[in-house]
Amino acid sequence: MSNAAAHDFQFASAEHQRETAISGIWLFLASEALFFGPIFLSWIYARHADPSAFDAGARQTDLMIGLTNTALLIASSFAYSVGLAYIGFGRRRGMVVWLAIAWALGAAFVGLKFGVEWQMDLRKGLFPGPNFGIHGPERSGAQLFFAFYFFGTALHGLHLVVGLGLLAWVIFRAERYTAERHSPVHVVGLYWSFVDIIWLILFPLIYLMGRAS
Amino acid sequence: MTHAPAQVSYLDDGHTLRSWLLTTDHKRIAILYIVAITFFFFAGGFAAFLIRYNLSSPNGLIGSAETYNRLFSMHGILMVWFFLVPAVPVTLGNFLVPLMLGARDLAFPRLNLLSWYLFLAAGLVALYAIVIGGVDTGWTFYTPLTSFYSKGHVVAAVAAIFIAGFSSIATGLNFIVTIHKLRAPGMTWYKMPVFLWSLYATSVILVLATPVLAMTLLLLVFERIFGIGVFDPAIGGDPLLFQHLFWFYSHPAVYVMILPGFGVISEIIPAFSRKELFGYKFVVWASIAIAVIGFLVWGHHMFVAGTSLYSALVFSLLSYMVAVPSAIKVFNWIGTMHKGYIRFDAPMLYAIGFIGLFTTGGLTGLFLAALAADVHLTQTYFVVAHFHYVMVGGMVSAYFAGLHFWWPKITGRLYPEMWGRAGAIIIFVGFNLTFFPQFLLGYLGMPRRYFAYPPHFEALNLLSSSGALILAVGYILPLGYLAWSLFYGERAPANPWGATGLEWTTPSPPPTENFPVTPIVTQAPYQYRQAVAVER
Repeated sequence: MSNAAAHDFQFASAEHQRETAISGIWLFLASEALFFGPIFLSWIYARHADPSAFDAGARQTDLMIGLTNTALLIASSFAYSVGLAYIGFGRRRGMVVWLAIAWALGAAFVGLKFGVEWQMDLRKGLFPGPNFGIHGPERSGAQLFFAFYFFGTALHGLHLVVGLGLLAWVIFRAERYTAERHSPVHVVGLYWSFVDIIWLILFPLIYLMGRAS
Repeated sequence: MTHAPAQVSYLDDGHTLRSWLLTTDHKRIAILYIVAITFFFFAGGFAAFLIRYNLSSPNGLIGSAETYNRLFSMHGILMVWFFLVPAVPVTLGNFLVPLMLGARDLAFPRLNLLSWYLFLAAGLVALYAIVIGGVDTGWTFYTPLTSFYSKGHVVAAVAAIFIAGFSSIATGLNFIVTIHKLRAPGMTWYKMPVFLWSLYATSVILVLATPVLAMTLLLLVFERIFGIGVFDPAIGGDPLLFQHLFWFYSHPAVYVMILPGFGVISEIIPAFSRKELFGYKFVVWASIAIAVIGFLVWGHHMFVAGTSLYSALVFSLLSYMVAVPSAIKVFNWIGTMHKGYIRFDAPMLYAIGFIGLFTTGGLTGLFLAALAADVHLTQTYFVVAHFHYVMVGGMVSAYFAGLHFWWPKITGRLYPEMWGRAGAIIIFVGFNLTFFPQFLLGYLGMPRRYFAYPPHFEALNLLSSSGALILAVGYILPLGYLAWSLFYGERAPANPWGATGLEWTTPSPPPTENFPVTPIVTQAPYQYRQAVAVER
């Protein structure tokens, strides 16, 4: 593993090892997709049972922050793809710059989501419990909406934080990567895009569905 | 890394504790798993023994229904997640997948080691949950048994299963990628032994179903900690939603608990009948079909839970469909034995026992898939007997069959054949004596999970409990003679059974790198007729 041409002993070549790593991450992401499945299913099912309360909850969310965050994440994945293309041409500096941009955009999402939006939500008393801020007949359903909201965003946030760690790891190890050998950059990139896709399902569930009616 | 021509066996490649605990060799990790799994098998078995002890008297002998509930919960949780689900994949599978493929290791050896540590961590959390008092929810964690109404340590028990799940996912992922990417030259899909196909099917379920359970359990813990009704109807949740999500994992997981067994049996029957496997492609695709259909039948656990009649009809029909690939396998094993030169060594005795017991378990499953019959039989001992015939009579027999079959390869020693045969027969007898009466009890209406029962059920319960005693002897016996063989057993040759398959072409025990030269595969599997011709 130490010198550039080497590969782990169970593989026939470095190319073989690269292909194997890529298939591994795809399978892992399939598993992750099913991991998030029950949240989405329960969310949609519970909303179907009590739509007006879910709408009441959803209207308390901040659409502007949601939109900004969506833009940040998509831009971050775009930046990552550019970085990946750079290392494909063997241009390490370009990769580091674009991956750093991707990292910063991802970190901005985390800051905005948990540093700003969650704080506002908590001040408005939207965390489920005895002090929940929405009253009247919609209280219990709206509470469930916010339970899913906090649970879903926390879990997505955890995936983002792990992703930021992985991005930093790739950036710090940039010297190891060449045009031919950079499968960790590819693997982390697939994960990073996956975290994006989870957000693209959470976004309409949180911000849009309650505002349509 | 040494490439010395003198091959060092994997067992002699380092004798320090560190060389075992930090190994990435799939063969050593298999041994680590065997140790862990054996512990949990006997822990879960001990709970089963206490259950049968309690039920040998109509009023119960343990003293409290509360303790009894905790015992059967502990039995179920340990046996399902810490023995049956991992049993064959992580032990025989870990050891054999690279050997059968002609590879040097799994695709991700460090992930493999991580999966063992996750398993160990999960096991420790489970033991912690048990020591501080356990749970009384049963292994299914139904709401409201897990809601605030429950006095048990639900969060700790659930955490254990959550962690164990990731260990399963890691193993499944490793197997799928390895089978796709690390086959030796010439090893096409249809040249692979059926054992690999069945582990492939198993792994697909592990990777795609386990995460659903993980998230469901997370939601359950969230509900318990924050008091928000997702599943608990008392605070606005929907208990049926939990059952749907739980069985979406747990029914496919039932096939995780039997498919690897099919694989083991499909290796052993041809080897001891000296014939190629009858209908190889049918056996292969039956495994895949079971894995796929297995995802579509979960609703049959909820026929009386208040689901709609139409969904019940569909689930009933789909459940019947599982019988088709299962029956194909049974017929193919029997077809393999037909006109073969059958040898009755211990692995074959277990395998033949497997066919009978699994068929009984499978056919009684059809009773439960039938809507009207299920209304009468559900939640009775008929269900208990049914799934024990599949899980214990089937899977545990298959595990023992495989353990004996590959024991010479794993340890480099032969086990004493006479004791092996005696063990197989004792287990078969003890098993039937324990569980056949439970079919009758269930049919007569004795509900499961009850601490006490009316006196007229006493005779059959006594029969069942005395069978459990014989079964216990049958399980402890191999522990003794297999341990004995490690030190005093005869040295095993590379291929003691005259079996086909790449794992038998390398020395016993295999060298660390498995094969001195990467093998090139030219033959279809199970070419026993040619081997027989040569022997004559």
